[in-house]
Amino acid sequence: MARAAVSGRLGERLRWRVATLVGQRVETPAARTLVLDVPGWPGHLAGQHVDLRLTAEDGYSTQRSYSIASAPDGASLELTVQRVSEGEVSPYLAQDLLDGDLLELRGPVGGWFVWRPEQSEPILLVAGGSGIVPLMAMIRARRQLGVTTPFRLLYSVRTPEDRMYVDELQAPDPGLEVTFLYTRQVPEDWPRFPSRITEKDMAAVAWPPSMLATSYICGPTAFVEYAADLLVELGQPPDRIRTERFGPTGD
Amino acid sequence: MAIVSRGFQGRRRPSDHRLPPGQYETRDFPVLSAGPTPRVDRDAWRFSVVTEGNERRSWTWSELMALPAEDRVVDLHCVTKWSKFDTPWRGVSLDLLLRDVDTEAEFALVHSYGGYTTNLPLKDLLDGQAWIAYRYDGRDLAPEHGGPARLLVPHLYLWKSAKWVRSLQLSARDEPGFWETAGYHDYGDPWREQRYQGD
Ligand SMILES: Cc1cc2nc3c(=O)[nH]c(=O)nc-3n(C[C@H](O)[C@H](O)[C@H](O)COP(=O)(O)OP(=O)(O)OC[C@H]3O[C@@H](n4cnc5c(N)ncnc54)[C@H](O)[C@@H]3O)c2cc1C
Repeated sequence: MARAAVSGRLGERLRWRVATLVGQRVETPAARTLVLDVPGWPGHLAGQHVDLRLTAEDGYSTQRSYSIASAPDGASLELTVQRVSEGEVSPYLAQDLLDGDLLELRGPVGGWFVWRPEQSEPILLVAGGSGIVPLMAMIRARRQLGVTTPFRLLYSVRTPEDRMYVDELQAPDPGLEVTFLYTRQVPEDWPRFPSRITEKDMAAVAWPPSMLATSYICGPTAFVEYAADLLVELGQPPDRIRTERFGPTGD
Repeated sequence: MAIVSRGFQGRRRPSDHRLPPGQYETRDFPVLSAGPTPRVDRDAWRFSVVTEGNERRSWTWSELMALPAEDRVVDLHCVTKWSKFDTPWRGVSLDLLLRDVDTEAEFALVHSYGGYTTNLPLKDLLDGQAWIAYRYDGRDLAPEHGGPARLLVPHLYLWKSAKWVRSLQLSARDEPGFWETAGYHDYGDPWREQRYQGD
């Protein structure tokens, strides 16, 4: 089932499909989850993304990638879009859409930044901002399949209100440890000053190199570069670190 | 066939502006290659697609000629800064050649007769964006421009449109080709001026 998700005839897998928006959830003041009904969706692996194509009335069109937030076997496909100020596409997706609107998308895309349930090694997930989205799909896939592989999540956000999926992450599944980091403003009585991720933060969550864990890092390009360097300095083999850079576009 | 996204405006480039940043328009067709022009005999010519599992599909010249061709007029943008507008080509769409290929790959490494290689995401070869082109301006494609057949991917800098194309090797990981190993950009979008690694 999961394998069928990325394999198969190319013409079918990368065909544009028309999705219907069937629901929306506000995740943070700047981010919204779009619940999509995609007829004929071939399934996906946790960590993959779709390409969305927006077309204006005069035919002008542009594309962006968005990670899939939902677990592979959900009835619908969920994306979470964080508004980037002055952005061409994300403000439209995160605030202008109405239920029933149609969106063109294709995918799933991405065969490297994926977690497969048959992986038996411990997992470290490191998210910066909206980089949580594909990692949440991994957490949800783990839960859905009842897999007990140990997971750790380090999630860096600016302020407490920027945390997505708070309800799920504050009551984590057994075997999932969640650590929040705040870079601008911390909750009341929080033991750590607001700061960007440090070596100490990373050392507290990195699995011992001997455990041959796999680490997945996702977020803005600069965050991913820095976090990946920290993990390498802490002795993680580079080929056990997988990264996905969200942009800024133009990188 | 695109559907309109209700209320989406987008940000267009000015429509009178066909030159990507840093380019100038030229009327002739400069030739730039990394080495001597290979001479490829049509009787021996093959084009192959090789999947990550080493499954190979090949077309001979006459098999390629038997496939439906498309005529396209496109603008070309070379990383050496020239752009040439409205160039007329004939070729076979890669949508057709790749349609039945069974693969999980995301990337393609293009190999040419003569040893040249270049890499690009597989999806940039689909959706009416790429052709195996064998006629230019109403004539058979000249060897110095890549004949008998070249890849044509006009939305990327021209070094991605490998001359003397021989095969596509599909893979899960992006493996740099000839210029990309030498510091040129892995993607090469002229509108984002992705000339070199790090642009
Ligand atoms: C594989 C992949 C998966 C992605 N998944 C998600 C996802 O799940 N959720 C999500 O919200 N986004 C995701 N993104 C980012 C998304 O594709 C867009 O880049 C983002 O929504 C901005 O698009 P825009 O049109 O609004 O901004 P643009 O008009 O393209 O850019 C406007 C300005 O914002 C800057 N900018 C662009 N992107 C970012 C960014 N990510 N962070 C900060 N500044 C930026 C640009 O440099 C520019 O200055 C993903 C990107 C990739 C490559």
